[in-house]
Formats: sequence, C-alpha cells, structure tokens
Amino acid sequence: MTDIFGIPLQAFLGQLALGLVNGSFYAVLSLGLAVIFGLLNLINFAHGAIYMLGAFLAWMGLTWLGVNYWWSLLLVPLVTAGAGMILERSLLRRLYGLDPLYGLLLTFGLALIIEGLFRQMFGVSGQPYPVPDALRGATNLGFMLLPTYRLWVVAASLVVCASTWFVIERTSLGALLRAATENPKLVQAFGVNVPLMIMLTFGFGVGLAGFAGVLAAPATQVSPLMGSHLIITVFAVVVIGGMGSILGSVLTGLGLGLVEGLAKVFYAPASSTVVFVIMALVLIVRPAGLFGRDK
Amino acid sequence: MKQANKMKLSLVAGLLLSGISGFAAAADKDAGGISDGAVKIGVLTDMSGLYADLGGRGSVEAAKMAVEDFGGKVLGKPIEVLSADHQNKADIGANIAREWYDRQGVDMITDAMNSAVALATAKLTAEKKRILIANGAGSTKLTNEECTPYTVHYAYDTYAMAKGTAGTVAKQGGKSWYFLTADYAFGQSLQADAAKAVKAAGGEVLGEVKHPLNAADFSSFILQAQASKAKVVGLADAGGDIVNAIKAANEFGLTKDQTLAGLLVMITDVNSLGLPTAQGLLLTEGWYWDLNDETRKFGKRFFEKMKKMPTMVQAGVYSATTTYLKAIQAAGTDNADAVMAEMKKTKINDMFAKNGHVRQDGRMVHDMYLMQVKKPAESKYPWDYYNVKATIPGDEAYQPMSESRCAFAKKS
Repeated sequence: MTDIFGIPLQAFLGQLALGLVNGSFYAVLSLGLAVIFGLLNLINFAHGAIYMLGAFLAWMGLTWLGVNYWWSLLLVPLVTAGAGMILERSLLRRLYGLDPLYGLLLTFGLALIIEGLFRQMFGVSGQPYPVPDALRGATNLGFMLLPTYRLWVVAASLVVCASTWFVIERTSLGALLRAATENPKLVQAFGVNVPLMIMLTFGFGVGLAGFAGVLAAPATQVSPLMGSHLIITVFAVVVIGGMGSILGSVLTGLGLGLVEGLAKVFYAPASSTVVFVIMALVLIVRPAGLFGRDK
Repeated sequence: MKQANKMKLSLVAGLLLSGISGFAAAADKDAGGISDGAVKIGVLTDMSGLYADLGGRGSVEAAKMAVEDFGGKVLGKPIEVLSADHQNKADIGANIAREWYDRQGVDMITDAMNSAVALATAKLTAEKKRILIANGAGSTKLTNEECTPYTVHYAYDTYAMAKGTAGTVAKQGGKSWYFLTADYAFGQSLQADAAKAVKAAGGEVLGEVKHPLNAADFSSFILQAQASKAKVVGLADAGGDIVNAIKAANEFGLTKDQTLAGLLVMITDVNSLGLPTAQGLLLTEGWYWDLNDETRKFGKRFFEKMKKMPTMVQAGVYSATTTYLKAIQAAGTDNADAVMAEMKKTKINDMFAKNGHVRQDGRMVHDMYLMQVKKPAESKYPWDYYNVKATIPGDEAYQPMSESRCAFAKKS
C-alpha cells in the first residue's frame, strides 16, 4: 500500500474524511458568528451555548414530546432564532453605541449562565440521542467505513452554508443587509426598517447555531459541555478566516477540520492546539485574516 | 480600520477570558467558619468538567451523609465539610488545598478526582502533615513513586482496574491490544498497568494513540484503532472521554470486528450511554449499588438526594469519611500521624468494603468486581445495569507489596 509521510494512504484518507465532517460543524458555527459579526459588529460569545441549547432542545423534544429528528431540524433553529431575537431586542440593542467589549461580556455572561443551568439540570455526562432510522448504518468508501449520518452532516452543512452565502452576497435582500451595516442611517432614510433587519439577522445567526446543535446531537453525546468544547476553536476559525467574511469562515472551517484531522494522524496530542498555532501565525502575517478585508 | 483592530483585540481578549473563566468557579466553595475546635473535611473534586458526574456534587453529598450518620460530632467537636472545584487543573487543586490547610484548618482532603490533582495534593499534604484519602484519582503512583505516609488510596486504582478487565479479557483470548489513552498521569498509568496485565496473560500490545483530555471528537482515534487490526481496543480514559469513545466506536462499526475493553467505566457512564450502546461491555468496579441489601440501602438514600445512583467514587467518599472519623474517635485525637496509625490497623467493614484494610503504602485493599453491562432486555428496573461476572479478592486485585515502588513502606 502507498504511504504518505509514513502514514498508510488508507488512514490518511480516512482522517481527511473525518476532518471534513468536523470541519462542517466548524463551518456552520463560524458562519453564524460571521453573519452576526459582519452585520452587527457583535462578537457573540453565547454561540457555543446556543449550539448546546440546540442539541438539548432536540433531545428534550424527542424524549419528552416525541418530536422526531427531522422536525427538530426544522423547529429547533426557529426556536433558538426566536430566543435570539428576544435577546437582541431586550439586551443587545442597548449596547450598540458602546464599545464592542460590552457586547462580548454580555454574551459571555449569558453563555456561562445557560451552560451552568444545563449542568445543574442534567449533569455533565450527557444524554444519548439516537441516530434517525433513515441515516443509520455506514457507507463503505473503500478506505473506511463512514457512518451515513456523518455523510449527511457534511451534505446538510454544505447546503446551508452555500445558501447563506448566496442570500447575503448575491440577492437584493443581502445587498440591503450589507448596505445597512455600512451606513444604517442612509438605508433607513430609504424607508428600510434597519432595526428589524438587524434583529432578524441576529436571529438567523443564532438559528444557525441551533441547527448545528441538532446536527451534532446524534453524532456526539448531548452534554452541557459540548458548546464550550467547540466554541474556542470556532472563534479561532473566525479569526483565521477573517472576521465577518462569510465565504472565509466557511472555507476556513472546512480547512481547519482537515488540518486537525491530519494532526491526529501525525501527532494526536497536538490536535487540540494546532488550530491556535495557525491562528497565531495568521495574525502575524495577515492580521485581517486569510479572507478578511480591512474596513 | 481602528474599529476592526479593536474588535480583534476584544476577540482575542475573549479567547483568553474563556480560558480562565474557571477562576470564577474556583471561588465557588462553601467557606466554613474558622474554628480550631472542629474537624474539617475538604472534598476537592471536579464540579463542572468531564468527571463531575463521577465525583463532583455527589461526592460532597456522600461526605455530608457520612458526617450526618456519624452524628455530626467527633470527640464532642463539630465536623464540617468543605468543597471546591479544582477544574481538573493540578495547580488550581494544589492552591485550594494549600488554602484549606493553611487558612481554613482542614484536616483531611478526600475525593481528589483527577490523578494530576491528587499527586499535587499528596505532596502538599505530606508537607503539611494532614491526610489525603484519594477516591476519585486512579494513578498507582499515589502509592508507589509518589507515596507518602499521609496518603490513603481508597476506592480503586489503575492497577486493579487494568488487572480486572485487561487480565480477564486477555485470558479469554483477547491477545492483541491497541490502546486509546487520555494523555495525562491517569491515562498513562492505566495503560501501563493494562499493558502489563495483557503481557502477563501472554498477549501483546500493537500500538496506542494518546488523545488530549476532554477531546471533543473521537472518530479519528477510533479509525486508528481500527487500522491497527488489534483484537481488543483498550480505553484508558474516563468520564466524558470514555463515553464519547464508546459511542464513536459503535458508530464506526469498530465493535463488529474488535472488542472494546473499558478500563475505567463507571455506572454514570453506562447510564449516560444507555444500555443499547453499552451492552456487553466488560469492566471492573470497586462497588456497585445492587450488590446486597446494604449497598442497595445506601444507593437508594443517595438516589433520593442526587437522582443518580452513586458511583464507586462517591460510595468510597462516604466510606472513607466514616473510616477517618472512626479513626479519630479511636485515636482520641485528630493528629494526622495518630489517625493514620489507627486507620492502618483497623479493618474496614461497611457497605463499601468487607474486611478492607489500609496497607503500609496507603493502599486500601478490598474486593473488586468484574462486571458485564446487561442487555436492554435483562435490565428489570432503573439503574439495573451490571451482571457480576466475578469477585476479585482484594489481594489479587491490587498490586502486591512485593512489587511496590514505595520507598518508605518498603523500609518499614
């Protein structure tokens, strides 16, 4: 069998495939962060907690109300988006004129509260969420047995990322959104309800986190810690990709998933830090991020 | 431009902030009053991380139950229970222990979940001449290279877990092994002990992969384990890590051709995995709530308070606290040397251990149990999870004194 840097090709390809799966989660999560940051200039630290909330809502729906996976995939993002909009309206809106640090602190506090509440209610070991029947089993890719559910994760995230990118960059609604962030007063003068637009955008970004949570539920344990596990990496992804860049965060998310996968083959203990090493390098060489533009 | 820079600055600040967020939780402990005329027991544990369900608040509750059952007083003086979250960081744990010993007058620290924390605390405890009764920690170093006259290692250790599970599986024909190991003191100790047991049974170790503590995704490690073609994949990790590893192993079809051996699975892990995923798994436990009437009684009392059955760590904290208090009573003092001497000469007979005894090196020797997780159909009531496959007598389960690497115990 062929070797790549002393690693059998089979293992190499397998790790790349898994990296792509993890990268899909990074992509959807960092996309939500990028949308919120790009349009609201807000660093949403509660993003990981909302991702965890999404997974728990799916679990609660299934366990307590009998709502199946597919309905959860549709409903949970709507519920989290609704909660996000209430949050935006009631708390975040008051901070828009202030230093962005305030928004960061507020959302950070919220994240701690949400996570603490769930830890109190459910403990840390997590709850099992079964893989939906239609996506059970595994597909033989030749070099590895990839669970069908993971393939679905990749497909679903790519579709969501691509449509978000399309709406924001290629439609008139997206153009309005982008215009409203550049110059809200002017856009408002044209008769556009900018505060409403901002609220909906925040809701959408948060909904994406909820969506990622539902996607993750069958793949991992539904645990109060799942958000904080991931969010730090996702922030690094956003920094590397260039803050606010939609395409950048998606591509970086997938790319870093791959890099992490490779790190696990070559030297597993480094897999948790490799992303941050890259972040440091990118900040030194290209402070605006790989895809970022200086405003 | 300026705005963007500021954003970046705050984002990076945020990243740092989240790294140290734990400090807020570190202050989260009940600071007892400072009275010299009291016996103070500190439960040092993981309150919020991946091991919080193995020890955590349940351990604090168990210590409190033990104090309550003891009557709340020893030698006419009140007994207090303090608790703190070490966040699985050795330095934070040692700082809390130092604070407890120096400023709060804590006499004994227990649970000490996480071997890195326990090893740091053991050193400090010897220096301050107090007592550490480790329950949550697994590393055999506590009673070997890093043993002290002030450490008792109570509920289990990696040697007993490894010998119970790995030894049995290897004897039953699982001769080639691959290890998936948590990359710190505990995982390494567990793997080393398991590898020894495998080799002693005529098996071989084909390889290992070390994963970071609290890894988010195990699929790539599982893939490496599959590629090894080993018959048995030994999981030398615990808590949230082992749960995620078992889940990923099932999902990726590892369990079809290879056997999983969980070297430290506790009952809360099985509960969290659910029987459909966990069934058939072989594991070793130091205690199980459904062994006999006594254990059931304690289990049910605990369940009423915590809504979970106790793990062997939590039951161990109860038993250790009681043993410690009894020793104070018998010694007529809470002086650490006198209490340790008392503990080392008295047999332990309670719902946790029968004829248990604390050896010179600090090892509490008691029977262990080889368990197999029941099939969903076999489970008749909530938390009915294990079939007892074998009882391993304490002297066989734990490392014999002849192999001890504990300097002071060998001399005496």
